[in-house]
Formats: sequence, C-alpha cells, structure tokens
Amino acid sequence: MSYLELRDLRVSYGNIEALHGVSLSVDEGEIVTILGANGAGKTTTLTCISGLVRPASGGIHYKKTALHKTPSHKIVSLGISQSPEGRRVFSPLTVQENLNLGAFTVKDQALTRRNLEWIFELFPRLHERRSQLAGTLSGGEQQMLAIGRALMASPRVLLLDEPSLGLAPIMVQSIFEAIRHINKTGVTIVLVEQNAKAALKLADRGYVLEVGNVVMENSAAALLADPAVQQAYLGG
Amino acid sequence: MIRRAAHQLRRYRARSVLGPERYVFLAEWRNPPRSGPSGLGLSVGLSLALVTMLLTLPSVLGLYWTDLVNDMMIYAVLALSLNVILGHCGLFHMGHAAFYAVGAYTTAILATRFDVPILLTLPLAGALAGLFALLVARPIIHLRGDYLLVVTIGIVEIVNIALKSNIFGLTGGANGLLILNPISIFGHEIVSPVDFYYFILLILAVTILLFYLAQNSRFGRALNYIKQDELAAESTGVNTAHYKLAAFVLGAVWAGMLGTVFAAKIETVSPGSFSYAQSVLLFAIVILGGPGSITGVLLGAFLIISLPEIFRDLQNYRMLVFGAAMVAMMIFRPQGLMPPGRRRYKVGQFLGRFPAGAALRRNKQLEGADPTALTDPADLPSLADLANGEGKGR
Ligand SMILES: Nc1ncnc2c1ncn2[C@@H]1O[C@H](COP(=O)(O)OP(=O)(O)OP(=O)(O)O)[C@@H](O)[C@H]1O
Ligand SMILES: [Mg+2]
Repeated sequence: MSYLELRDLRVSYGNIEALHGVSLSVDEGEIVTILGANGAGKTTTLTCISGLVRPASGGIHYKKTALHKTPSHKIVSLGISQSPEGRRVFSPLTVQENLNLGAFTVKDQALTRRNLEWIFELFPRLHERRSQLAGTLSGGEQQMLAIGRALMASPRVLLLDEPSLGLAPIMVQSIFEAIRHINKTGVTIVLVEQNAKAALKLADRGYVLEVGNVVMENSAAALLADPAVQQAYLGG
Repeated sequence: MIRRAAHQLRRYRARSVLGPERYVFLAEWRNPPRSGPSGLGLSVGLSLALVTMLLTLPSVLGLYWTDLVNDMMIYAVLALSLNVILGHCGLFHMGHAAFYAVGAYTTAILATRFDVPILLTLPLAGALAGLFALLVARPIIHLRGDYLLVVTIGIVEIVNIALKSNIFGLTGGANGLLILNPISIFGHEIVSPVDFYYFILLILAVTILLFYLAQNSRFGRALNYIKQDELAAESTGVNTAHYKLAAFVLGAVWAGMLGTVFAAKIETVSPGSFSYAQSVLLFAIVILGGPGSITGVLLGAFLIISLPEIFRDLQNYRMLVFGAAMVAMMIFRPQGLMPPGRRRYKVGQFLGRFPAGAALRRNKQLEGADPTALTDPADLPSLADLANGEGKGR
C-alpha cells in the first residue's frame, strides 16, 4: 500500500453523490496534482483526506492509519494539514496570530519557533507584515499565510486547494516556487488546481477528475503532452 | 575603550546575525504582551480609587440602591458566564436560565429538605448545572446559528415546565420553594443588602479575574478561532466540538453557582425567575454590551438592569425603549457598545528594521545545520527551468 491511499471513495451531500468511487494514491515525497473542472469533486476529495467530510463508503489510509475513522484534529496531529479553498485566514487576527493558530496542535515550543523561522524565510513578505491584520493582506499574501499556517503544524503531507486562485501570474510563480521548496524539505504535496499548466509543470504525477470520477492518471509530463488534457485543460 | 566595545559588538553580531533583537522577538512571541481595552491595564492610582469607591458604595447608596446594585452584579456575573458561550465562542445560546435554574433549585432542595448549609451547596449547584449542560449540549453541539438558538429556547422552556409541574415532587410546583436558612460564613450570616453587596462583589471580582485569564489562555484562543471560522479552526487541528462543549459547561457551572447566590438572596425560588424572558435578558446584556468583551458585558448589565430602575418614572415606556434600542443596536452597532479590543502582538515594534529573509537565513547557517533548513532558493530550479525539464530532484 502506498503512503497515502484513497480507495473507492464515495461521498454524498444529502441526496447528491459528489464522488462516485475515487481511488488515488500518493507516494512519500511526491507532488501529486488533482485537476478537474468546477464541481468535479477536487475539494471534496481533499476535505475527505483532512477529515472535514466523511465518505459514505471507501477508505483513506495514511501509512497504517485509517483516516476515514480519525477525527480531523487528530489528522492534523498525524502530520496532514490543509490550506483550504479560499484561504480562510482569520481576517481580524494578525499574520503572526494566524501562524500561531497553525501550531495549535504542536506542543514543542522549540519546533514551533523553528517552523516560524523557516516560514518567514520561505515567505519574507509574511515576516514584513507579521503584525498586519490578515484581512488587509493582498490575495497572494493571504495565500502565503494560508500555506504558512498549514506548515506550522509540521506536516508530512500538505494539502493545497487551489493556491493560485485569483492570483496574478507572477504571484502564482512565486507561490509555486515556494511549494517546490516545501516539497524539497521532504513534505509530500497534494495540489488541487484549476491552473493545470502550472500544476503539471510542478507535479510528479497527476489525476484528472470529471464529475466525481477519476478519468485519467499519469505522470505529469505525460499529462502535459496528452492531447485530450491539452484540449480540455490547457486551452488547446 | 569605545573601539573595543564596537569590535565586540561586531563580533557578537557576526555570531548572531539577528542580534539581541532576536531574543526580544522570540520572548515576545512566546509570551505576547496583553493589552488593549479588554485588558486590566488600569493604573495603580485609578485602581485604588476604584476599590475605595466600590468598598464604600453601600454607605453612599443606602439600602434600596444597594439592593439594586446587588441585582445588577448578579446579572453581570450571569451575563459574563453566558459571554463565554455566546461572546467568546459565538454560539447562539438562549437557554442560560435553565442552567441558572438547576443551580438555584439544587440549593433550594438541599437546604429545605436536607438542611444542608447554603454555602456547601454552592459547588454542588455548579457541578450539577455543568453536568446538565454536558448532557443537553452534547447532542446539539454541532448545530449552528439560529438552529442552536431555537433548540436552546426549547431547553429553557422544558426546564420551566418541569419545575412548574413539581417534578419528582421536589421542586414545589408553581409556588417554588421557600428557603429559611441564610448563607453563613464563619458564623456571620449574610442577610442584609450590605452583606450581600460585599459577598456578590467578591464573586464578581473572582469571576472577572478568572474569565480574564480564561480568555487569554489556550482555551480562550480556541473559542475565538471557532467563533471566527469554525471550519478553518477545525482544519488547523482545533477540536471544535470539544471546546464548544467545554464553553457550555464552564458557562453552566458558573450560572449554577450564581443560582445558589440568587436563591439565598431572594429566599424563594420559583419557576418564574428562570423563564425564557430571563434568558433573553441575559442574551441582550451580552449582545448590547459587546460579545466577547468583559468590560462590554459589565456595561451591558449596568445599562439593562440599572437604567430602567433609574428612570422609573418612564416605567410604562420601558419595553418600548428597550426594543427600539435593541433594533438600533443591530443596525448601527452590531458588535456591541464596547466590543473586545484586539489582543495585539507587539513584535513589529522590535523587529521593524531587520531584513527578514536574508538575516534569518544567514543566521541559520551560523547556527549549524537544521534538519528543517531549506536549500537556498538560489540553488533551486525556477519554474522556467522546470519547464525545460531541468532540475528535477527525482
Ligand atoms: N457542502 C456541500 N453541500 C452540497 N453540495 C456540495 C457541497 N460541497 C460540494 N458540493 C457539491 O459537490 C460537487 C463537488 O464539489 P467540489 O467542491 O468538490 O468541486 P471542486 O472540484 O472543488 O470545484 P471547484 O473547482 O469549483 O472548487 C459539486 O457538485 C458541488 O455542488
Ligand atoms: Mg474546489
């Protein structure tokens, strides 16, 4: 079994089934991207991993742990943290306070301090603005903060939901470079993206979701070269 | 001499690039200074004047007004206990009178049927109210907003009906129970409004101190995060259900103990004192004063309990003015009259000048290898390189 494995996930919201049996696997140290149109079920898949949504059937295993039976706050302690869709930073709190929240599950003060230092190193902008209210940050800075907050929990697996959403190309580039740095330190990354081109350039492998089903799975390079993917997601 | 000092300073800098500021920064970061309007940052002189004024108040006010102040303080403590749930955690709980009732009836039943000294019933009243809250809140803790509001109204109504129908033959039905034994502290009986004034003032002071500490604790922060964005809090590892339940239980324990004080003061407990209207009144105090703000809630208690009494002549218009004031508040100042001040971290003040990224990086190199240390960004491939198929580590 691989490092992180989703097997035959079915998720329903009320009567509507959003995932019709999604299976995917992630190896340690990889960057895996999940692509798909709006409503394909990308966010649902991620929130299933982080325990915010429970599958009706199927299972999620991380190392030996059954995540679908683990409460979400424990999942964070296990080393899986999420930068949620739409960032969801705490607007009335400062950058620093938002980061502190990210370390809520971490008891080790020295580790928290080290994490804080390297997040500031990764995103010097956050350091400049650490006493600014998160709500007054630009979209790109808020995205950095959302990622930084997730990193404060010392994750082994980082789940990123559309980090490029609404950002200018230059900002997308710097966020994606940061993601690559994070991955270089040994953090496994699951990246949900609409920006398929940038995501595939960064990722090792990719999955394509369509209305709740995995329709394609391949190495990132192969997907990038695939005519069907180019047609549907890379703008011809 | 000066040259030597300068030399040493340079050497020190070389060793630790961030210099002494770094340690200030880290210390500040670990123990953030607490200040702001919700803080207790009164100057010593002002505090002394305030304490003197509070201690001499009954002799200035006379019995009638002292009794009114007592009522106000009871409501203030009750509202502060509701504030934990409604203000800090943002849970729309309109059934607080139910917890208050459990405490008051615990005391009344134990004192009248079993002759237990009132003061001994205080912890028990708190414990039972807390247990009751745990039982009723657990199944509804996942409800949000107005759904929770409706269910908690249901709870207070059910408790009220149970009390009226003389449940288990213990509560005395609609007439309630008459308590004849007063609170006795070391043989001193607390009977007059002045006795009660000091007794309740002490409780109020302890409550303010305790809740002030709680709001700045890890627990307080967790409630604050939940109030702002429950999903984001949950996804960063806050056990939201656990903390919400803890807020309910803490609020209920406190309300229960106040039930004891109320029972002793009023000498009768009857269902009418624990109605839905009481819950609404407490709710209004918190919302009007400023949810999540201790000073705000104190102000709210003063305005809602005392003002109507002070303007007694306008008695007939009381509810009219009250209603209009609430509507106006919702429109113009939904955050309350005195919303909580921001708890600010003052790190910026000390770090304003130092260049973050580079300094931190060099510093790290000087400190030796760190397992989490990053490769220098310059050594890593840019996206353009990646696109050209270079620089893939694997
Ligand atoms: N809380 C919810 N209640 C009901 N339906 C939902 C809920 N969340 C998602 N859905 C539905 O589930 C399906 C998948 O949604 P999901 O958010 O996972 O898509 P997505 O791939 O992330 O889309 P996007 O790119 O727009 O973010 C959609 O049809 C959506 O309407
Ligand atoms: Mg989505």
